[in-house]
Amino acid sequence: MESVTASGLYKDYQMGKLTVNALKNLSFSIGSGAFVSFVGPSGSGKTTLLNLIGCLDKPTQGKLNVAGVDVTGLNRKQSALFRGENLGFIFQDFNLIPVLTVFENVEYPLLMVRKTPAGDRKKRVLQLLEEVGMMDQKDKFPDQLSGGQKQRVAVARSLITHPKIVLADEPTANLDHKTAYLIINLLKRMRDEMNTTFIFSTHDPKIVGEVETLYTLEDGELNNGQERGDKHA
Amino acid sequence: MINMLNMIKIAARNLLRYKRRTLLVSLLIAIGVIFVQVFMAATASYKNIIISQITDAMLGHIQIHKKGYLVSIENVPLNLNLKPHGVEKIEAALKTIPEIDAYSKRLRLGGMISNFTETTNLRLFGIEPEQEYKTAPLLPGRIIEGKSDLEPGQILLPSTLAKGMHLKVGDLIVIIATNKDGSVNGKQFLVGGILDAAPGPGGRDGYIHISDAAELLRMETAEISEIALHLKSFKDIPSVYAQLTQKLGGELNKEGKPAFEIHTWEKLSPFANIAKMLDLMTVFVKVMLVTIVVISILDVMMMSVYERTREIGTIAAIGTLPSRILAMFITEGLLFGISGVVLGNLVSYIIVRIMQSMHITFSFGMREGLVLNPQFDLWSVLWISLIVIVISVIASVQPASKAARLDPIKALKTT
Repeated sequence: MESVTASGLYKDYQMGKLTVNALKNLSFSIGSGAFVSFVGPSGSGKTTLLNLIGCLDKPTQGKLNVAGVDVTGLNRKQSALFRGENLGFIFQDFNLIPVLTVFENVEYPLLMVRKTPAGDRKKRVLQLLEEVGMMDQKDKFPDQLSGGQKQRVAVARSLITHPKIVLADEPTANLDHKTAYLIINLLKRMRDEMNTTFIFSTHDPKIVGEVETLYTLEDGELNNGQERGDKHA
Repeated sequence: MINMLNMIKIAARNLLRYKRRTLLVSLLIAIGVIFVQVFMAATASYKNIIISQITDAMLGHIQIHKKGYLVSIENVPLNLNLKPHGVEKIEAALKTIPEIDAYSKRLRLGGMISNFTETTNLRLFGIEPEQEYKTAPLLPGRIIEGKSDLEPGQILLPSTLAKGMHLKVGDLIVIIATNKDGSVNGKQFLVGGILDAAPGPGGRDGYIHISDAAELLRMETAEISEIALHLKSFKDIPSVYAQLTQKLGGELNKEGKPAFEIHTWEKLSPFANIAKMLDLMTVFVKVMLVTIVVISILDVMMMSVYERTREIGTIAAIGTLPSRILAMFITEGLLFGISGVVLGNLVSYIIVRIMQSMHITFSFGMREGLVLNPQFDLWSVLWISLIVIVISVIASVQPASKAARLDPIKALKTT
């Protein structure tokens, strides 16, 4: 089953009188449980594409099917519901909620997006914190954590709802070499355990070296996906 | 419910994140609440004291006259008195209204008073003392010399007149009055007591027994100028007024017009205008409070949305519905209002208790040493709290809606 299918995807921006063609006629397909990355120089359209797959933006033209749903026609509320149900996000700057503890940050999507019952919530959060090795830090606030620890919490938060797809925009950009590898390995392990599709947008050679399929974007155009061999453990 | 509690928890933590700012806004709201509560407590006490001085010392809560009497009241018109059958109708109606505590039939007249060396004019109330003291319970307290029995043949004189004419309790005086037919009559009285002046119209009039007033005016049966009512509760005035209007409004005179006129104390005393001005000032103070709440909350919440744009983008991206983001920010506004209200009411209570212990005195007219007794009224606490909380929520709607409408992509790009 395909996680993401794009066909003839265009995205244009209006900058004053100038129309910027951010994405041009993109067609690709990403399978379920894939570990793929979009790479390319700044301004090539990586983040724009991730925003479209993440239902944060709409294509100007073309078809986009995410997790079996045509997302091009979703309105703002439907998009939010769709994201809460099907997608997880990992950001470059971690984007944890500063007033919530580690436990509460991970719990947030279950509580405020999914309305999961308390008992189930606690069990799932503790289980996932154990998985990402943050159990002993669960009562700390984000400003008491290192960058790597913050990103582990962000990973746990992105996976707590068991999303079909996790979108990660430069997830290792703010991490040192060792921590970045730890995070990448954590993500792969999570993919193996949950069969979640991971889609990255990155420059980071560490990620590029680990993904199974690599798509290169240049000036909004996509080169064919480059299979890197099945690294599924 | 769980979500609401969590929303409150998150909102509270966000407020505590900016402690100084939160404290400042809460203090601002609290100061507004204190200002309103203390002002209302003080003015309500002032109003109540003055109104009770006016109504309980002389006026009564409601008065009933023959139609047309009130416009001529300064002339004490004898031809506009109530006849016995009219009085009977009124009394029959009064007896059916349980909120009426007491009523007093009064015969008002004007005359000349002489101490045999000096003569001056004087207005008098002819009363039945027992009924009058129930209707104007502060009247006996106004007697600064002598006794309050007011037996036939005695007169209670206002202190200013007694002082001017060098009269004291036990002195003999003569009252000369003209009746409605124009014939003059005189009668000797013994000064039974000296009265302190009461504020308002009629506050410097003398009192005689109603039988003496009827004799002086050569009436076989005493006619009645007014019937004053004292109610069990001041709050019953509108209801009793409505009942009286309904029961007596149908009584017509020979010309087919209403036979009686009914007036509450507000129509009879000029202090009602001062009371209205105080009420108006209270409205202005409340408007000031609302303005403080709106401006401070709007300002601080806009700042909050601006500072937390990226955070809003994050929660929106991970699937938080716009309506929930709206609710999260409105909850912060709500908490601002609640914290300001709690703090404000607490400090107001302390200030009001301090004011009570200080026994602040003031004078009104000739009355001195009236003690201001501000009360921390539970209803006004509830009302003001409700107003502030509702306004806090309303003021936070605009910034909250801005937060809810933020484009997640743009929000996530902010630093």
